[in-house]
Amino acid sequence: MSEPLVIIGNGMAAARLCEELAQRSLGRYAIAVIGREPELAYNRILLSSVLSGEVPARDTLLKPANWWRDRGVTLCYGAPVTAVDIPARQVMLAGGSKLDFAKLVFATGSRAIRLPVPGAELPGVLTFRDLADVASISRAAHRGTRVVVIGGGLLGIEAAYGLAKAGARVTLVHLMDRLMERQLDARAASMLKRAVEAKGIEVLLDTETARFTGDSRVEAVEFKDGRRIAAEMVVVAVGIKPNAEIAAACGVAVNRGIMVDDRLAASKSDVFAIGECAEHRGVCYGLVEPANEQAHVLAERLAGRDLRYGGSVNATNLKVSGVHVFSAGDFLGAAGTESIVFADAGLRTYKKLVVAGGRLVGAVLYGDTIDAPWYLELMRSGAQIDSFRHDLVFGRALAERRAA
Amino acid sequence: MNARSSHPPAVRTTCPYCGVGCGVLASPDGNGGAAIAGDPVHPANDGRLCSKGSALGETLALERRLLHPMLRRADGSLDRIDWDTALDKVAGGFRAIAERDGPGAIAFYLSGQLLTEDYYVANKLMKGFLGSSNVDTNSRLCMASSVAGHRRAFGADTVPGTYRDIDEADLIVLVGSNAAWCHPILYQRMIAAKRERGARLVVIDPRRTASAAEADLFLPIAPGMDTALYCGLLSHLADTLALDYAYIDAHTAGFVDALARAREIAADVASTARATALQEADVARFFDLFRATERVVTCFSQGVNQSAQGTDKVNAIINVHLASGRIGRPGMGPFSLTGQPNAMGGREVGGLANQLAAHMDFAPDAVDRVRRFWRAPHMATRGGLKAVDLFEAIARGTIKALWVMATNPAVSLPRAGAVREALKKLDLFVVSENVLHNDTVDAGAHVLLPAAAWGEKSGTVTNSERRISRQRAFLPLPGEARPDWWIVSEVARRLGFGASFDYRHPADVFREHAALSAFENDGKRDFDIGALAQLSDEAYDALDPVMWPARAAEPQQERRFFSAGGFFTDDGRARFVAPRPPDPRHAYDEAHPLRLNTGRVRDQWHTMTRTGSSPRLGAHLPEPFVEIGPADAKAHKLADGGFAKVVTRHGSAILKVSVAAGQRRGSIFAPIHWSGANSSDGRVGAMVTAATDPFSGQPDLKATSARVQRVGFASRGFALTRHPIELPAAAWFARVAVAGGEGLLFATNEPAGRWHELAKRLMPPDAELAEYVDPQRGVVRVAAFRAGRLDGCIFVGPAAAPPHWDALRALFEAQSVTESDRRVLLSGRSAEGLAETGPVICACYGVGLSAIRNAIAAGTAASVADIGRLLRAGTNCGSCLPELRGILARTSKTAKSRAA
Repeated sequence: MSEPLVIIGNGMAAARLCEELAQRSLGRYAIAVIGREPELAYNRILLSSVLSGEVPARDTLLKPANWWRDRGVTLCYGAPVTAVDIPARQVMLAGGSKLDFAKLVFATGSRAIRLPVPGAELPGVLTFRDLADVASISRAAHRGTRVVVIGGGLLGIEAAYGLAKAGARVTLVHLMDRLMERQLDARAASMLKRAVEAKGIEVLLDTETARFTGDSRVEAVEFKDGRRIAAEMVVVAVGIKPNAEIAAACGVAVNRGIMVDDRLAASKSDVFAIGECAEHRGVCYGLVEPANEQAHVLAERLAGRDLRYGGSVNATNLKVSGVHVFSAGDFLGAAGTESIVFADAGLRTYKKLVVAGGRLVGAVLYGDTIDAPWYLELMRSGAQIDSFRHDLVFGRALAERRAA
Repeated sequence: MNARSSHPPAVRTTCPYCGVGCGVLASPDGNGGAAIAGDPVHPANDGRLCSKGSALGETLALERRLLHPMLRRADGSLDRIDWDTALDKVAGGFRAIAERDGPGAIAFYLSGQLLTEDYYVANKLMKGFLGSSNVDTNSRLCMASSVAGHRRAFGADTVPGTYRDIDEADLIVLVGSNAAWCHPILYQRMIAAKRERGARLVVIDPRRTASAAEADLFLPIAPGMDTALYCGLLSHLADTLALDYAYIDAHTAGFVDALARAREIAADVASTARATALQEADVARFFDLFRATERVVTCFSQGVNQSAQGTDKVNAIINVHLASGRIGRPGMGPFSLTGQPNAMGGREVGGLANQLAAHMDFAPDAVDRVRRFWRAPHMATRGGLKAVDLFEAIARGTIKALWVMATNPAVSLPRAGAVREALKKLDLFVVSENVLHNDTVDAGAHVLLPAAAWGEKSGTVTNSERRISRQRAFLPLPGEARPDWWIVSEVARRLGFGASFDYRHPADVFREHAALSAFENDGKRDFDIGALAQLSDEAYDALDPVMWPARAAEPQQERRFFSAGGFFTDDGRARFVAPRPPDPRHAYDEAHPLRLNTGRVRDQWHTMTRTGSSPRLGAHLPEPFVEIGPADAKAHKLADGGFAKVVTRHGSAILKVSVAAGQRRGSIFAPIHWSGANSSDGRVGAMVTAATDPFSGQPDLKATSARVQRVGFASRGFALTRHPIELPAAAWFARVAVAGGEGLLFATNEPAGRWHELAKRLMPPDAELAEYVDPQRGVVRVAAFRAGRLDGCIFVGPAAAPPHWDALRALFEAQSVTESDRRVLLSGRSAEGLAETGPVICACYGVGLSAIRNAIAAGTAASVADIGRLLRAGTNCGSCLPELRGILARTSKTAKSRAA
C-alpha cells in the first residue's frame, strides 16, 4: 500500500518535489497536491514576461495536466486548506473535504507584502506576485497608463520592465540609494539603473512613500519628502512574507517561516517544509534555486536516503531581457575579503569577485554573466582559486585553457 | 627581372648600419615606405641581410623626424625658421667665434653615418678654409686604434685583405668581436667557410657571446689580455720555427725588439695561460692550430679597439701575421672589422683630427699639397683635438662653437653625462640631424638643421674591405630636409668660399675627392681612386661597388696589399711594434670592484634613433640590461629579471639584470644603445671612463671600474599607446617601438592603488575604458578602445610576476578587436582557442546562444527537453524556456531552408 503524502501548495517547489519523487520512488507514495490558486503549477519567474506580452500565459505552465496524471498525482487546485489536524493526520479543505496523510509537506510559498501606508487598499494599488495579479495589472494598464512601481528589488524591476514593455509610463520608486541593494554593489546598481532608465523607466531612489491618494481609486502617490506624482495604477513590490499561518495554526513551530532542520523536517514528526515558506538556519529563501535544492534533498529523504540540506548560496539572476545581472554570496566584500574587479564600459560589463582565504565567497556580475554557474560552483565547493586567480574573472574557458 | 611595370624598379643602395656594407634593394611603395631585400649581386652579402637590415623598411616613418630648420629660443623651446636664417646663423656664428677666439675655438664632430661626400665637404671647409683641424668623428670611438695600428705597422691606414679571405681561410680567429651580432652577414660567411671547407673558428672574448656558439675553440680570455695572447703566440711560433724569416727579412723592420718584448710578456704556453687566465691546453690548442694552418685570418673589432691599449693590441696581432708571412695572400691577414657603414669613407677623406685628407697627415709637404689642390686660403697645419679631448675642451670653455652631424655624442661618448653638461656651455651649438629629439639635441642645441636620412640621401660609403658602394635615394626629401654636403656647402658659401664649394650634385664632390686621392700620388699613398675622378654624373649614379685602390693607370680589380711588401713607410718596410705590457688594471679602483664592459645587442644600432623605431627589432631585447655572472649575481643578491644600479665614478644607470653563465666573474656587461630619449636610467655611456689609448685617442669603453647594487621595484608593467605618455618621475622605463604606436616597459614603487587612477588618466580622454583590478595582488590593468580598436593599455603587476605583453601587442597592432578578444584582453592573453559563446540564454547554467544553436544544427537537440538534457539550459528556473522554443523554431527553419 502506498503511503499518502500530501503537499500543501502548488507552486514551483511542489512541482519540483513531485518530479524528483517520480524519478525515485514512484508508487511508494500516493501524492496529493493542494493548490490555492485555481491553476496548474506555473513558472512565477515568467510573470514579467507575461506582463510585457513576450510570453503568453499558457507558456508559463510548468507541467501539463497529463504529466501529473501520468505520475499518479492527485491535484486539488483552487481548493484552499482551512486547517491541519496533525495528531489525526488530516488536512481539511474549504468545502469540508478531508485528506489523510502519512507525511505532510508545506510548500505554501510566500505572498507579497502590502505597504502599510494610507491608501494601500485603494483600487488600482496592486501587488505583483501571481497570474491573478498579472491579469489585474494587464486589465488596468494601457498604452500610456501612468504606473508607479514601488520597490527597486528584483520583483519591482521585473514588474517595471514588463509594464514599460507593455507600453505603460513607469516610475520605479525605491526606498534605498541603489536598486537591488541586497544583491548589488553601488557600481552594478548604477549600471542597472542606467539600463532601466534606457528602457524608458523613470527611477526615483531614496524615496519613501507616504500615502496613496485618490477618490474611488488611486490617483497619486505622495512621498515623505513632499513630492507627489500622479498614478493611474500602483504596483507594490516591496518584499514577500512566507505563507506560514496554517502551519502555525496546527502547532508547527514558525518564526518568519516554518522552521526546518537540515532534514527539512518541521517541529512535528512527518511534517516537512520546502521553498519560500520554509526557514532553514534562520534563512527564508526567496528564490527558485534553493527551493529546487530543498525539493531534491527532501525527495531523497522521502525515498529513504539520508541526504542533508546545508543551506544554499544566495544567488540571484535578474531575468529581464537584455539585462543580465548575477549576484551571489558576499557580494559586497566584508572586512578581510579581497575584491577582484573587471569592468568594460563598451561591453557594458562589470564583474566583482570577492575572495577570502584563497576561496571565492561572493560575486556580482553585470552584463557578461556566462560564468555565473562556475562561480557558484566554486563558491559552493570552496575550491582554492589561487592557482588561477588572475584568470578567474575572465571565465572558465580561459582558466581551463591554461590548465589544459 | 619580372617586376611589374606599375611598380618602379627597386633601387640598389647600401645598408646604413655596420661596416660589412651590404647591398640593399629598396622598392618604394609610394606611401613613404619601401620593401627591403638584400641585393643578390652585391659582393658583400650576395643577397643576404641581417635582422637590422631586413627591418630597414620599418624605420622610414617621418613621425619623429626633424623636417625643418629650428632655432632654440631663450625659454628653451624650438622655433621653426627658414633655411636662409638657419644657414646665416651658423655661418655668422662660426665666423664670429673664429675671429674672436681663433680657429681653435671651433669644431666639427662628424660621424661614420655620413656619406663620403658629406664628410669630404665638412673636412675641407674646416681644415682648408676655417683653419682648424678640430674635426673629429664618432669613428674615434670605433676603430681609431685600428687606424693607429695600421699606420704604425704599414705606414698607412690600410686594410690588407678582402672579404674573400674569409671565404678562403682555413682558420678564422675572432678577437674581441661578436660578429654574430655585430657583423652578422660576415659571420655567416665565416660559418659558410666552416661548413664548406672545414675552416676552424676560434673566438677570443672575455664574454661567451653568440659568436662563441659555433666556435671550434672558445678562449674566455681575461679582459684586456689580448696582447699577451698574441705575444705568447709570436713567442711560440718563433720557438717552434714557424716564422717566415724570408718575409721578415725582405719586408719588415723591428722584429727583434718585438719578439724580445713578446717573450717578456708571454714567453710560452704556460706563461700565456697564466697571463690570460686561460687553460694551458686551450692556449696550446690555439697556438698549434695557428701554427699548423697557413690560411689564417684574424678578425678584430671593438674588443681590441675600444681599449686604453687598443693600438698595442692591434699591433700585437699584426706582428704575428707579419712574422708568419700570413698577410696579403688569399685566406690570410689581420682584418679590422669596421663598426660603421662609412667609418672607412671618413678615414679616406681624412675626417679625423689627426689626419688631413685622403690618407695624408699633417706633414708639411702634405699640407702644402692639399692647400694647392684645394686652393685653400687658411690651412690647418697640425692635428686637432680628438673626440674625448675635444669635448673636454668644450667643458673647459676653449671650444666655443660646435657643429655635430649625424651622431649623438651626449649618449655615446665616455662620461656622457659630463659631455651633456659641457654642451650647454657652447656659444654656438649646431646639430644636423634626422630626428627632432635625442639626448644631444635636447642638451640644448641652438640651431637644428634637418639632414636627409638613409633612403633620401645619395652618395658613397666604403665598407671594411675597402669597397666603395653607392647609397642611393629612393624616397623624396621630406619637409625641408637637405643632404649634409649641401648644408655644409651653403654655410661655406655664406662664409665667402662659394667658388670652392660650388657643388650641385654629390658626383661633383666625389670626383674632387677621387682627384685629390690621386693628386701627386704616384703610388706613394695607398688610398688612390684616381680611376673614378672622371666619372660622369650618369656613371656615378650607375656606379657598381668598386674596391680601392682604383688607380687611373691600372685595370680595376680586387686587390690585396703587402703580399710582397710595398708598405707605405719611407723605406717601404713594415714595422714590428713592441707593445707595452698589458695593464688591464689601469682603471681599477677598490670601491668599484667590477669591470664594466660595454657593447651591442643583435637588433639595435648605436643610440637607436633609427633601429629604435622598428617594432620587429624592439622585440629582441627591449630593455637596457646588465649581464652578470651567476656567482657575482649571488654575491650582490641580484636575481635574473630584477634590477640593479650600476655605479661608476662617472655616473650610474639602473638596468635590468640578466644573469648569464657566459659572463666571467668580476665582469659585467651593458649594451650602449639606450639613452635619455628612450629610457629613464639607461645611459650607459654616462658611466664609462674617459681613459684613452695614447696612440689612437680611442676611449676604453670596455673597462670601467664599477659596482652594482640591487634595486627593488614593487611593481612592473607595460603600456601601449598611440602617442607618447609620461610616467611618474620616479618610474623606471624603456621605450620600445610598436607598430602603430609606442610601447613602454616600466617598473615602479608607486602603490598599485595609485596606478589605477594614473593609468586611467594616461589613456585618451574620449576612449571607452576597460579595467581589471586586483588590489591585494597589486594588479591594475586598463585598456582604452576607440572605434572598435584597442587604442592603448597599461598593465601593472607585482615585480615578481610582471605582466607579459605579447598578446596585447598583437591586439594593439590589429585593425580591430573582436568582442571575444575584448572580453579576455585584460587577462593579458588572447582569446585564441576559446569558443565564442554568444549571448547568455540560460543564466542559471551559463549556456550561450552558440552552444544551443550548435546542438540544434548538429541534430542532437530537436526539442526543449533535448536541450535541457544536453546542456542543462532551461532546467533550473525555466525562465529561458520560451526563448529556447524560439531559438529551436528559428534554427530548425534555417537548417531546413538551407537543406532545401
